[in-house]
Amino acid sequence: MSRGVWTMCWCTACILLLAGCSGWQSALDPKGPAANELAWLIWFFTALCTVVWLLVMAVLIVPLARRPAPVGDPLVLDAAAERSKMRIVVAALAATALILVGLTLLSYFANRTLAAIGSDAALTIRVTGHQWWWEVRYENDQPNRILTTANEIHIPAGEPVRLVVTSTDVIHSFWVPNLSGKLDVIPGHENVLDLKADKPGVYRGQCAEFCGAQHANMSTFIIAEPRPVFDAWLNDQLRPAAAPVSAEAKTGHDLFLKRPCVMCHKIGGTIAGGTVAPNLTHIASRQTLAAGTLTMSRGNLAAWIANPQGIKPGAHMPVVRLDGDELNAIVAYLEGLK
Amino acid sequence: MKQRPVADLSKLPTFGIGPRSPTWWGTLAFMALEGTGFALAAGTYLYLAYLSPKWPLGVPPPNHWPGTIVTLLLLASVVPNHILNRYAEACAMVPVRIGLIVMSLLGIAPLVVRWFEFPALNIYWDTNAYGSMLWVLLGLHTTHLITDVGDTMVLTVLMFTRHGYSGRRFGDVGDNVFYWDFVVATWIPIYLLIYWMPRLD
Amino acid sequence: MSSARERRLAGEGAAAGKGDLAPERDGPRDTSLDDSSLDRWLARTWQTAPGIIGALSSVDHKIVARRYLITAFAFLCLGGLSAVAMRIQLSGPERGLIGPDRYNQLFTMHGVTMMFLFAVPIVQATGIYLVPLMVGTRNIAFPRLNAFSFWIYLSGGLFAWVSFALDMAPDVGWFSYVPLSGPEFGPGKRSDVWAQMITYTEVSSLAVAVATIVTVLKQRAPGMSLDKIPLYVWAMLVTSFVIVFAMPAVMITSTFLILDRLVGTHIFNPAEGGDVLLFQHLFWFFGHPEVYIIFLPATGMVSSIITAFARRPVFGYLGMVLALIAVGFLSFGLWVHHMFATGLPKLGASFFTASSMLIAIPNGLQIFCWLATLWDGRPIIRTPLLFVFGFFFTFVAGGLTGVMLASVPLDLQVHDTYFVVAHFHYVLIGGSVFPLLGATYFWFPKITGRMMSERLGRWHFWLAFLGFNAAFFPMHIVGLWGMPRRVYTYPVELGWGNINLFITAGAVILFLSFVLFTINLVYSASRGAPAGDNPWNAGTLEWATSSPPPSYNFARIPVVTHAEPLWAERDTLPVATGLRVDARELVISTVAEAHPDVREKSATPSIWPLFAALAVGATFLYSIFSPWAVVWGAGPIAITLIGWFWPKGDPEDEE
Ligand code: HEA
Ligand code: HEA
Ligand code: HEC
Ligand code: CUA
Ligand SMILES: [Cu+2]
Repeated sequence: MSRGVWTMCWCTACILLLAGCSGWQSALDPKGPAANELAWLIWFFTALCTVVWLLVMAVLIVPLARRPAPVGDPLVLDAAAERSKMRIVVAALAATALILVGLTLLSYFANRTLAAIGSDAALTIRVTGHQWWWEVRYENDQPNRILTTANEIHIPAGEPVRLVVTSTDVIHSFWVPNLSGKLDVIPGHENVLDLKADKPGVYRGQCAEFCGAQHANMSTFIIAEPRPVFDAWLNDQLRPAAAPVSAEAKTGHDLFLKRPCVMCHKIGGTIAGGTVAPNLTHIASRQTLAAGTLTMSRGNLAAWIANPQGIKPGAHMPVVRLDGDELNAIVAYLEGLK
Repeated sequence: MKQRPVADLSKLPTFGIGPRSPTWWGTLAFMALEGTGFALAAGTYLYLAYLSPKWPLGVPPPNHWPGTIVTLLLLASVVPNHILNRYAEACAMVPVRIGLIVMSLLGIAPLVVRWFEFPALNIYWDTNAYGSMLWVLLGLHTTHLITDVGDTMVLTVLMFTRHGYSGRRFGDVGDNVFYWDFVVATWIPIYLLIYWMPRLD
Repeated sequence: MSSARERRLAGEGAAAGKGDLAPERDGPRDTSLDDSSLDRWLARTWQTAPGIIGALSSVDHKIVARRYLITAFAFLCLGGLSAVAMRIQLSGPERGLIGPDRYNQLFTMHGVTMMFLFAVPIVQATGIYLVPLMVGTRNIAFPRLNAFSFWIYLSGGLFAWVSFALDMAPDVGWFSYVPLSGPEFGPGKRSDVWAQMITYTEVSSLAVAVATIVTVLKQRAPGMSLDKIPLYVWAMLVTSFVIVFAMPAVMITSTFLILDRLVGTHIFNPAEGGDVLLFQHLFWFFGHPEVYIIFLPATGMVSSIITAFARRPVFGYLGMVLALIAVGFLSFGLWVHHMFATGLPKLGASFFTASSMLIAIPNGLQIFCWLATLWDGRPIIRTPLLFVFGFFFTFVAGGLTGVMLASVPLDLQVHDTYFVVAHFHYVLIGGSVFPLLGATYFWFPKITGRMMSERLGRWHFWLAFLGFNAAFFPMHIVGLWGMPRRVYTYPVELGWGNINLFITAGAVILFLSFVLFTINLVYSASRGAPAGDNPWNAGTLEWATSSPPPSYNFARIPVVTHAEPLWAERDTLPVATGLRVDARELVISTVAEAHPDVREKSATPSIWPLFAALAVGATFLYSIFSPWAVVWGAGPIAITLIGWFWPKGDPEDEE
């Protein structure tokens, strides 16, 4: 027995050391008030449970250290010893009950703290889950200031924002662990998640409810920026797409509108008005492609358009037949859509 | 291990009726699990009704008359059912045979009326969730009705053969009575749910 | 023995000597037979006939249980191998070994196989074998129903794995949430396979549950009043009740799903007044009790093993029984803790935090009582007990992470991550598979008459224990680092590569331990040391008969005077006499006191349960393709059932 215990301790120690290098998408590295509260809760529960576990193991190991008793009549028991054991068991049970009441209250109050975080949110963002990308819409009273984009959510740092999440196909779950717990994205339901990032930074999130073939490649990024930067970004994004400058890009623009791309994608300021796929009006201003599957670069854009099914098998973007020049032209055009 | 006889069971009877027989307990267990199924189906109906702002989704309520007739028939059948039970306990062959024939007919009669219940729902199963649930509830109960009537008829035939003169068979008749009560009892809440719930408010 | 007691045992009610009954026939009784002619008589009456028809007609609970055990073990291998395949794919970032489509089928088949084709059947099968022996009767109640359940289970399992071989296995997880599994987003037949496979396995486990309940309530040996029932039997009784009230929920769920998919109902369709969360409520109303269906029998095994090795009755028998019942009840009040992230109203969710925490109290009580039993028992450590220690080590850890998950806010961070995967493997493997492995070493001698190798057993334990913890402990951490479950790959830059490699290495060690176990099973079955009737000097009735037990279990029905009958009666076993030996007679007793009440005949072997299972199975299978299957199948099913129940003129049928 003890051999096993030592091996376990050693393994555990190694692993805990490794735990230091977590970060980008981790519940243990909080970057906002909600995640902070939750990380604290996780550590508290873990510590308490470890103590309980160690106590149980200690009581288990003691009788093993003793020598086996001579074989006697198994039905002859020492009444006094049984009574004192009974008292100990009852005490342990009472202690368990007490701990559990404490933990329940703790969860309840943590829940209240979480609920209070975004009650004064000024910005409402509607996030719609699709197989397998996120549609992001910044709500506004003025229709011309409503912005639709995809996969990357810019927010002002230090301010609470309200996310209204829903889905048009299957159930997804919105989760950015460094900022907050997850919330399911359910067709027919509208759920509300309030978020706040304390500092500027990029926080990775990932769909957490199994949603089909490409559930693994359905990430999102929350990009928290100082308020002025955020406002500038928003104004930029509200503008229609940049007109193509080079000849190649112009060809690309025409091709895009002639090929099936136009049926699914929208590019503001052109006749491309599809809504079943990510809005590409400012595609080149994003850091990643296809919900975090690829980093943004000319090469990756070309790779994606040439063969989306090779990169994200099952994704709802078909392989559109293009020859090399056509592909280059379209990429040149999209690359200009900052 | 060496054995030491301490009890003589040779005088025990070779069959028991009601709770003395394992079959009765088996029947009870099946009623418990089917009852859970009924309760969950009814719960589903209520859950959807509660969620929906305008239940029954803008459909006229069903015509309750066929359902009401079935209800009356089922309630009426309880009386001969229990008379049959009395005779089964007394192991009286002729009245048991008559009783089983009566119960077979009283099982078929509601089935015939049930045929008219489905069109009286005024909606199809694939129109909307309300329609689906009506058909599910009615279908669930109809399955039980059909299987129990089938069971009664097979038992009736059996009691007309030489195999009938056995304590176990009379016990089976008793269990059949018991199960029929269950079929009747489960109908009442379903009847209220299907026909009267949409008429509320 | 006093004559007053004898009279009481002989039962209060005499035969109803009235009405149109055939005159009571009689045959030879066991009263005056000597041991060897008694054995000859009983063997002739109870033995399964030789030949293939005989084998297919068998209703002997031990034979059916053995088939169940072997089949469930085969499914464990399949489920385990699919896990190994997944682990190899996950051993490094962006591995291309297994594509998303295959991976999704793999984890679904892994979960479905482990839960429905391995864990539940194997605990029930153990019960089918042990419960009749432990309560001192000659066969399970409703033996034909029991045989039927096996055929249904076998066809359900084959059906699922054949569809996997044909690349049409379900691919939406073991709980198959709509709308992903619904008509719109789940094209093809994959989700139908899931739904009907559920229906098969539920039918079979409900049948076994009913048979178990009636066996325990009505067939206990004379004198085994409620306070003398072995804890393992209590555990199986409570489990069977949980099955009776939980399994209908999943049958309703899968039926609704198949209706939505095949005939166009809208029960789960939000566009037409249905609701997608309804599916989750219905599923988890079953799904949570399901995990205790897997766990409670294991606690019974732990009680048996600890009692035998600590060489004293278990501490706090009454508390243990109440704890089992409490867990059974409470398990129906926790289902929402699987849905904390769905955005339910906060107050309602908090209620389910409280109820989930509450269930730790009866579970804790069981742990404390076992510890108290072991405390001054000074046990001798053999392989079964090693696995019980492995159980404590792992299950308590898994239970405590369960308590963490029960907290609504905390769960929002770890729900659907590898933290949850770690939790449930700790409780499933630590809480159920380890006790099962211990139970194998413990009862193998009874089933085969041979001991398992202790040397291989110890190697097996240490490999399994270390491999298990190496594979699953790091999952807690990688879950907190943000790794969601059910992903077929993950990007390099998240830094989960090394830890996943470590996990895979652990899984391989765990796999090797199972290979060793298989070798030990095969080797010991033919070469193991002969065991004798009672190799562990344990106290319950299954050890009173030979190893392996004869077809009729006990030459004479034991009379029980103590919760550990063989410890109370060291030299001779008190027995009852007076049963017929030319017909399958056994004793029906009263529910609470277990007074002998009726000499009932147990059903004879029959091929009809197999035919009925074929008819039912074919109907389910065909229903995937057409709803008319129900209509076409009704005739054959009715015919086979009539064949099953129609008396054939044996003495067993006629009285
Ligand atoms: C054998 C199976 C088994 C068992 C016994 C348990 C036991 C428990 N489980 Fe577990 N659970 C599963 C199998 C099991 N679970 C599975 C399969 C899933 C995932 C399904 C899926 O999503 O695929 C799951 C998921 C699951 C969730 C949902 C997580 C999520 O998806 O986000 C939750 C949340 O509350 C939970 C809680 C609990 C609790 C509170 C217990 C309690 O019963 C534990 C009680 C035991 C102890 C606490 C230890 C002993 C007690 C003491 C030593 C006393 C001292 C203790 C204290 C002072 C605290 N479980
Ligand atoms: C009792 C239930 C049970 C058991 C025993 C196991 C056992 C194992 N599980 Fe299982 N697991 C589940 C129930 C179980 N699991 C469930 C319910 C899910 C959720 C599914 C879902 O999300 O829908 C899951 C999910 C799950 C995942 C998550 C997948 C994902 O989300 O993407 C992983 C990943 O590592 C995993 C790994 C393992 C491993 C390595 C084992 C190992 O312990 C396996 C060990 C066994 C073997 C290796 C087999 C032994 C082989 C033999 C005996 C044959 C050898 C003989 C010869 C060669 C002669 N499991
Ligand atoms: C049938 C619909 C459809 C057609 C036609 C289509 N796409 Fe797409 N496209 C999609 C979908 C759906 C996605 C999101 C895929 C994902 O991330 O899972 C996508 C993603 C993209 C992306 C990445 C967007 C982002 O925000 O990361 C680019 C760029 C793109 N498509 C370009 C094109 C081009 C160029 C064409 C024509 C040659 C085209 N698409 C044709 C459906 C389509
Ligand atoms: Cu979307 Cu998983
Ligand atoms: Cu649960």
